[in-house]
Parts: sequence; C-alpha cells; structure tokens
Amino acid sequence: MKLKHLISIDDLKKDEIIYLLELAEEFLPVAEGKKIRKDLEGNLLANLFFEPSTRTRMSFEVAMKRLGGNVVNMTAQEASSIAKGETLADTIKVVSKYVDVIVLRHPLEGAARFAAEHSDVPVINAGDGAGQHPTQTLLDLYTIKKESKLDRLKIALVGDLKYSRTVHSLIKALALFKSEIFLVSPQSLNLPEEILEEIERKTKIEKAELEDIIDYVDVLYVTRIQKERFPDEEEYLKVAGSYKIDLNILKKAKSSTIIMHPLPRVDEIDISVDKTHYAKYFQQAFYGVPVRMAILYELLRR
Amino acid sequence: MERLAVSKIKCGTVIDHINAGKALLVLKILAIRPGCRDRVLIAMNVPSRKMGKKDIVKVENKYICDDELNKIALISPKATINLIENYEVSEKKRVKLPNVVEGIIVCPNKNCITNSREPIKSKFHVEKNGDNVKVVCHYCGKKIYELDKYIV
Ligand SMILES: [Zn+2]
Repeated sequence: MKLKHLISIDDLKKDEIIYLLELAEEFLPVAEGKKIRKDLEGNLLANLFFEPSTRTRMSFEVAMKRLGGNVVNMTAQEASSIAKGETLADTIKVVSKYVDVIVLRHPLEGAARFAAEHSDVPVINAGDGAGQHPTQTLLDLYTIKKESKLDRLKIALVGDLKYSRTVHSLIKALALFKSEIFLVSPQSLNLPEEILEEIERKTKIEKAELEDIIDYVDVLYVTRIQKERFPDEEEYLKVAGSYKIDLNILKKAKSSTIIMHPLPRVDEIDISVDKTHYAKYFQQAFYGVPVRMAILYELLRR
Repeated sequence: MERLAVSKIKCGTVIDHINAGKALLVLKILAIRPGCRDRVLIAMNVPSRKMGKKDIVKVENKYICDDELNKIALISPKATINLIENYEVSEKKRVKLPNVVEGIIVCPNKNCITNSREPIKSKFHVEKNGDNVKVVCHYCGKKIYELDKYIV
C-alpha cells in the first residue's frame, strides 16, 4: 500500500481499507496499554486545529504517543490568530519543515487536499468543514468489524442523514462492502438524492421506519438531530422525540444488535441504554486510537 | 440557406457550431475581454442545418492552442475549429472534452478552499453525463451540472 496522505475515504480502495483495519487490530493491545511498542519513536506530529475538536485532537495525540512518537499542538486560538496573518499554504510550508506528519482540522472544505499540495510531509485530514473526515469513517468501519461484522451487514442509519458528513462518508464505504442499508430519518433530513442515486447502483439501500427494521438490523447508527435545522422548537422536539433510542424500542431488537453514535450526543440515545450490551458508542470512540495508530504507522514507516 | 453571416477573416481561428447563445461564454473561456486588442467577429443564432441555430466566433490573427479550445467542449461539445491562413482553411478539427479544467470555473460552494484568499486555482474533474457534462470540484467534491452560471 502506498499512502502518502489521508485526505478522503474515497481515495482508498476496498483492500486498502481492509488492510488498515487489520493493522489497527494489531495495534489494539498497544492502544489498551497492554503492550508497549516504539514504532514511531523519533517522529513528531503537529496537530493543526483551526477549529476546536478536543476529542479528535486527543485521539491523535494518544495514538502517536502510545507508539513512542511525540506531538506538538497548535490550539484553535493560536490557529485563528495565525490564520489572520498568513495563508494556510504558508503555515503548512513552515510546519511541514518542523515535523514528520501534520494532522489538520479546518473549517473550509478541500483545505486538507490543498494543504497536502504544499506539504513536504504526510497530511491527515481530521475534518474539513462539511467535507471529509476519513479517520472517523475508518473507526466506524473498525467498530462494525470488531463488534458486529462487515460481511453481509444490515445497518440502519438514524437521524440527520441530510447534513451529517459522517453518514455520507460511511454510506459510501459501506457500499464497497455491499451492506444492506436502511435510512431512518424525518422527511426534512433525508439523505441527499445525489448520494442515494450513487449508492443505489452499488448496494441495497432504502428508506424505512425504525419499528419495521429494529428486529432485522445488526447495527443502529444514530446521529444527532440539530435544533438549528428546524424552524421552531416545537417541530424539533416532535421530530427528535420520534427518533429517540430507548429501552422500550430495544425490546424488539436482536440481542446481537449494536448501537453506534459518532458523539457527542444530545439526547437521541437515552442514558439508560448506556449500561446495556447494545451500547458500543464509547467503545467506538476508543477505537479511534488503534485506527489512528494504523494510519500514522502506514504514513510514517519508511 | 443564408450565407456569410460574418465576413471572412484573412487568418486566425474560427470556432463554428457553437451551441446557440453560448458565443459570449466562449469569449469568456478564451479570456477575450473588454480592453483586449484582438479583432473578434461574433455571430449569434445563425441558422444551421445540423443544429437548427448556432453561434460562430472568429478571432483574427490568432491561433489558439488546443488546450484552450478544448475547454469550449464544456459548453458546446459539437464545436468545430477551423484555422485560417490567407482566407483558406488550413486545418479543421473538433473540440475534445478535457479530463481536468483549471481556472475558468468558480466553485459554487462558498465554503470551498478555492473561494478563500489562499493562493489557489480552481480545478475540476470533467465527467460525461449523458449528452451533458458534469464537473466535480477537485478540492471540495461539489458537482456542477449547469456550468454556464459558473464560468468566469
Ligand atoms: Zn469546491
């Protein structure tokens, strides 16, 4: 595998995704602190976050340090003052001389691909506006593989399917694995037609009601429904309430079904679900560490 | 058949069979703007046997390179090019749709990095979409189906 940067999940072929997921499996005990490895000793990572995302930033930092590497951070505050003074292109040219790998989060779509053109070292996209966030997609796939199965998967995507970039990227990746996909969303937050048409050509995908598929699917992938998307509070509460996952609806689920969520959640999953064996969302967040280890290892090994 | 809607040129480039109404976009694509000194003849909505109506653009004393001319295929896939020398056609060719177009198209996504103050040129991947053309932003992935509005 010849990976120079990680900008978009669309840049990866199916076998490259499988390879990275297998590599992540190898690093799992290291992420858990049960095994010590120093593969990335002597390597330095720069976190350039032009927009705050503490969890993603920490996850990269932990992954790098657990493999013996070191990390320098630029805070969102520092980044915004830099952004006033110079272009992203210049910042990248300077920082890529300092370090061995750059992790970039930026509010503009396409920023990571542009940064990669100006960087001497690998760039990892940690989210560019409403655009791509490939490490999230890879950790989602890893969670599915680990806690459920990637072959002949039946998955329901629940909530905001219109604006969620996490969902859009995941759906494209799931199409590679021929998953059976069910879309559960209010009319106003349906998956964009363009994406639906693209996926329909590759795998089975259809709109559904939660009650009808809850006893059929292996994975319930729940996303946040944001208040800002609705004209008024009342409408929001009505819609959000009808897509809430609680113990009652789970009575109908298969015992092997898992629930995932990219976090942070508001109240689309009732906290009483956290203690059940269905809940995998905190585990999912943790799996970001071995997955990012695999990506860093792949980009930095010479 | 009406003839010679535009007078002949002695030498230069004739772009014929432009989709009716697109001549001004062709000028934009070729960066022929107010203030430029080229002598340019334009005919719009000329009757055509093949196309019903068509536009024609003639640029005198200028041989425009293929890369520039091929961009015309984005808005007029059937356009033909005649290079003229001494009132005679010295070369005849068709425009060919390019795979990638840099510049000339503005990304409609206002959050796209190409619309920021970064030193960057827009870049689009060109795909055939039936009889039409679809372009995809190299940076943000935005797709454009109706190009006319976004050519500058
Ligand atoms: Zn764009």
